[in-house]
Amino acid sequence: MQQIILLLAVGILAGILGAILGIGGGIILTPVLTLAIGLDIKYAIGASIVAVIATSSGATIAYLKDDMLNLRVAMFLEIATTVGAIIGALLTGVVPTGFLFILFGSFLLFSTYNMIQKLRGKKAEEHVGAANDQWAEKLNLNGTYYDKANQKQVDYQVEKVPGGFAMMFGAGIASGLLGIGSGVFKVTAMDTIMKMPLKPSSATSNLMMGVTAAASATVYFFSGAILPEIAAPLALGILAGATVGSRIMQHLQPKFIRMIFIPILLYMGLQMVLKGFGVHI
Amino acid sequence: MTDRKKEMAQIELVIGKILRVGVLVSATVLIIGMILFLMHGGTGYGEHQFPTTFAMIFQGMAELKAGAVIMFGLFCLILTPVLRVVVSIYAFAKEEDYLYVWITVIVLVILIIGMTIGFIK
Repeated sequence: MQQIILLLAVGILAGILGAILGIGGGIILTPVLTLAIGLDIKYAIGASIVAVIATSSGATIAYLKDDMLNLRVAMFLEIATTVGAIIGALLTGVVPTGFLFILFGSFLLFSTYNMIQKLRGKKAEEHVGAANDQWAEKLNLNGTYYDKANQKQVDYQVEKVPGGFAMMFGAGIASGLLGIGSGVFKVTAMDTIMKMPLKPSSATSNLMMGVTAAASATVYFFSGAILPEIAAPLALGILAGATVGSRIMQHLQPKFIRMIFIPILLYMGLQMVLKGFGVHI
Repeated sequence: MTDRKKEMAQIELVIGKILRVGVLVSATVLIIGMILFLMHGGTGYGEHQFPTTFAMIFQGMAELKAGAVIMFGLFCLILTPVLRVVVSIYAFAKEEDYLYVWITVIVLVILIIGMTIGFIK
């Protein structure tokens, strides 16, 4: 009973944070599951993948209703992430992962630097993308959202579509092969490379990460890596948390969201680079 | 609002509604499973044992075993993103945005290939 309450509570917390930032919440869940509950890493990964789907589906309901996410960007980029995820899963055990950890960790560290620059910049969150990208035009990717915190409609243009697509392919491989960063890479690819505003980036990442995770979740489901008594209370907590989080996010200043995001990026980037060199923290 | 944007909002509303039904169904099954778990003081299976095939899950559900009901709820939850993609195809088709009908069909095909690989593995 105590364990159920703990899982529900952790789930609510991870759901709120995941919905606001557009990430899967593994950064909170994995340490709690392995250290506090003493769960085998195999079951912790299984529970985390269910958590990603719960966060995604719970948050997406509100983001669709309030027109916060960009469905076309999501579907177009989803081609890259799903293909990448399958290739990544098939390459497990074939490709040495050390190099990839360093590569993707470095990208996160670069994004951390980029996000700090954005935070310090005067125009900061006002960027709406001046460049007319021909891919964005052809694919009709440019969008708009209503910022409840600033009470205004923000029209934005998407840039560097091929670059974002390539990064999403890499992100798919990383999540399939390394089992990490389901959302972090997506948010940073949209924010850092494609110059989308942070709020629609996060909301769109929320929608996408569930679709990317669905394929690998079936693998874990049928191989028996998902423990029902752990995953169920966790998923219920997350669904509740993500529902709340997706409403809170819309009232937060983009700057504030960025401030929560930066330390998480820095931590994950460092952790991955160190892991690539064989150091575990 | 331009027509294009209005159309998009319409598509998103439809997908959102269906997604909500999917999530509510999964959550309800999971809650029933958890109530059974608390009533019986366990999953109805041994420690770290639970059904992972459809035959075993349905048989366990007929016997009201908590583990089987929860596994069914989790499977429904795993299917909600797939449901989202399927409904998106329909929604884009209804708005006659055929470029995105194709893009979304491609996503669904890739997803099914991925799930099939998972099922075989």
